[in-house]
Amino acid sequence: MEKVYVIGVGMTKVGEHWEKSLRELFVEAGLKAMKDAGVERDDIEAVIVGNMSSGFMQGQEHLGPLMSTYLGLRGVAAAKVESACGSGGIAFHYAFLSIASGLYDCILVGGVEKMTDVATPDVLSALIMADDQEYVASTGITFAGLNALVYREYMKKYGVKQEDIALFSVHDHKYAKNNPYAQFPFEVTLEQVMSSPLVADPIRLLESSPISDGAAALILCNEKKARLLGKEILIEVAGSAVATDILSPYEREDLTTLFATRKAAEKAFKMAKVAPSDINVMEVHDAYSILGPMHLEDLGFAKKGEGIFLVKEGEIEKDGKIPTNMSGGLKARGHPVGATGIYQIAEIVLQLRGEAGENQVSNAEIGLAQSVGGVGSSVAVNILRRVR
Amino acid sequence: MKPSKHVFISGYGGYVPLYRVSDEDIARIWGVNPANTPIKEKAVVAPDEDVATMSVEAVKFALRRAEIDPRKIGAIFTGTESKPYAVKPTSTIIAEAIGTTPHILAVDMEFACRAGTTALQCIMGLVASGMIEYGVAVGADTSQGRPGDQLEYTTGCGAAAFIVGSDPYNSLAEIEASASYVTDTPDFWRREDEHYPRHAHRFTGAPAYFRHIVNASKLLFEETGLKPQDFKYAVFHQPNVKFPVRVAKRLGFTTEQIKPGLLSPIIGNAYAGSSPLGLVAVLDVAKPGDRIFLASFGSGAGSDAFSIKVTDGIERKRNLAPLLSKLIEKRKVIDYGLYVKFRKKLRLR
Amino acid sequence: MVQSVPRVWREQKYKYRLIGTKCEKCGSIFYPPKKICLKCGSEKMEEVKLPEEGILENYTIIHYPTRDFTYNPPIVVGLIRLTNGVRILAQVVDIDPSEVKEGLQLRAVFRRLREQGEDGVIEYGLKFRPKEE
Repeated sequence: MEKVYVIGVGMTKVGEHWEKSLRELFVEAGLKAMKDAGVERDDIEAVIVGNMSSGFMQGQEHLGPLMSTYLGLRGVAAAKVESACGSGGIAFHYAFLSIASGLYDCILVGGVEKMTDVATPDVLSALIMADDQEYVASTGITFAGLNALVYREYMKKYGVKQEDIALFSVHDHKYAKNNPYAQFPFEVTLEQVMSSPLVADPIRLLESSPISDGAAALILCNEKKARLLGKEILIEVAGSAVATDILSPYEREDLTTLFATRKAAEKAFKMAKVAPSDINVMEVHDAYSILGPMHLEDLGFAKKGEGIFLVKEGEIEKDGKIPTNMSGGLKARGHPVGATGIYQIAEIVLQLRGEAGENQVSNAEIGLAQSVGGVGSSVAVNILRRVR
Repeated sequence: MKPSKHVFISGYGGYVPLYRVSDEDIARIWGVNPANTPIKEKAVVAPDEDVATMSVEAVKFALRRAEIDPRKIGAIFTGTESKPYAVKPTSTIIAEAIGTTPHILAVDMEFACRAGTTALQCIMGLVASGMIEYGVAVGADTSQGRPGDQLEYTTGCGAAAFIVGSDPYNSLAEIEASASYVTDTPDFWRREDEHYPRHAHRFTGAPAYFRHIVNASKLLFEETGLKPQDFKYAVFHQPNVKFPVRVAKRLGFTTEQIKPGLLSPIIGNAYAGSSPLGLVAVLDVAKPGDRIFLASFGSGAGSDAFSIKVTDGIERKRNLAPLLSKLIEKRKVIDYGLYVKFRKKLRLR
Repeated sequence: MVQSVPRVWREQKYKYRLIGTKCEKCGSIFYPPKKICLKCGSEKMEEVKLPEEGILENYTIIHYPTRDFTYNPPIVVGLIRLTNGVRILAQVVDIDPSEVKEGLQLRAVFRRLREQGEDGVIEYGLKFRPKEE
């Protein structure tokens, strides 16, 4: 296998972009990433697009050639990779494989989602397509509702209070304040979170990731290309793994653990030859506050039911044992679903380069990004390491 | 009409939805003196209910009491004037829901509030002729009450189902005879593209309701040689309270005979389900050997009269499914606003 | 969502009558029905009818529904443990959301699940309501 490096990142601000279309967002991020990498059009051999719902929301498929066309590229290998809200992280895995296989030297992988093109009930209809249309969507449940079942079960099983779980949202907002790309760059209090309207009992509005537009892109290349470009700092993809679980969470034995996270993490840690204690900075997929502590546990940083202690004891703060969601996470940086996984990796890359500004974790050398589709139905865990 | 073979009711079931709206609230909206309203409250379907869903409930209860494999059912006839599809049968939805397709006769019938009992007569014929082993007759409606109209005070929702067979050892009552009196009388109708039906006000009384019920009843008495005194119970079509009480008296029935089967004060007029639900309520309390008189009335117009004799199987079979009273007493009162939303009378576009 | 008659028609039997599949090899029962056993991988699956009664094990109350369900929120959706041990997801009706709690005894009722527009086909299926005593 060839070594794979992330040499460029590009992001649009996350928010409501009424004037920018799906393709415009992607191209904006893509061009930024190419510039950041110092590559020209001729260097790009492939374009991989992570996206969940362009067909339903924009009536647009075939995003591979659509984006390559609007990037001014002709002839490249290109395709859309879809894995619900984990499209970004999973697309990254397949982009990584393209280069690791030795077949490609330099490619662009990006994620994009344009959720404000449709009204909220239609966005919710799109999101529940992450689960079974015939037997789950037909019950009237929403994606938030599925997570609510997990939330209720978790609180019951581990005796954890909602107030403690909701702290994860407060944490996200604290760091989003310093992220120029964040959708909600301001703090919120626990009181505000707990008094916000119920979305799907017990989940409250301020515990839920928002409806967002955004695109992020990365340039990946092999050792040969990196040398040619004369890169000083190299961020290597040390580990990359994808795992799935039974599609509908309630058909699994335990609602309170995501087996796919455990499996993907195990594979990624093994590949990178690191343990959880080696991770210096992390981005987890907290679509709803309950997932924050759960991911901390399933990724190996806390015992089941004890994830909230990492939050309460400050271990996920910038100067804690495992700084997490320095970007503001899905709640406050925002969650343009198919793009989020790529945003996470871009954010980790900036941390490892020392370019994360106010939220910079000191001496960040190894970072982990976890991207999730559905309620843990597909999970990508990508581990990056600064090597020079 | 007496069937050449004995036919029995092997199972019965009734369904009334949870919600109620009071005549007092309807009167409040339309500026009518609540003292002048015909009933206390009427049953209202939830937005996710319709004639198909109510019928399935009633038929499933009937199946529990009939204690048969659904595949023995050879026909399902549903009498209704408020089908979920104007074109596409409700009976096939029921058939699929209980697992009797594809070897099944299924058809929907329309004759206003008489359709359920007419379906019963047809099923009797199919069973008595030996063409089918068991058949299901359903009377169900979620008829629309025109806002502000007299009928809005009584148009209720409900479904009743009867499973008919010829096995005396699997019976709870025998349908001894039936008689019908039918004419072309336009007392109440709904034209093709109209949403609400229309009625001819006082014309719906003497020339319609009373004429047909009285004549059908007399025909039945003649054919069977029975008199009102031979019956323990009498159930009449109940578009309100006054009409069934008056026609009962005119025919020679007493208040005691009609009371157990008179549900209109608390659930309204379930149209094709009206007298069938009255029969269900009576079967819930009747004893072996009791005779039940039933006369439906459907606008257009016609009346079906029946003589039904309860058999020994009733005491045991009755408890195999919830009694109708259990469903009726579990009620939730909603206001006129929610009622109008539930009955989809609001313009959304 | 685009209208589709075949998609709804195909699922009728399974949704109307709660028909799942049972693995002939290891005995596991699945709803929604599966053609390959998730436990042992066997392809020998037979259709079985599931019981129509159960206990509410978990639930949520939806205040912001998807497009198909905007008419009458809030919507209660529950995880119901049927009497044969199989757990299913279904809407819970005929109960005030404030009265919903774990342990409720429920029974299946036939209801409209969705409709494909005011002039399209109606999708029917089973929901659950508190069991009568």
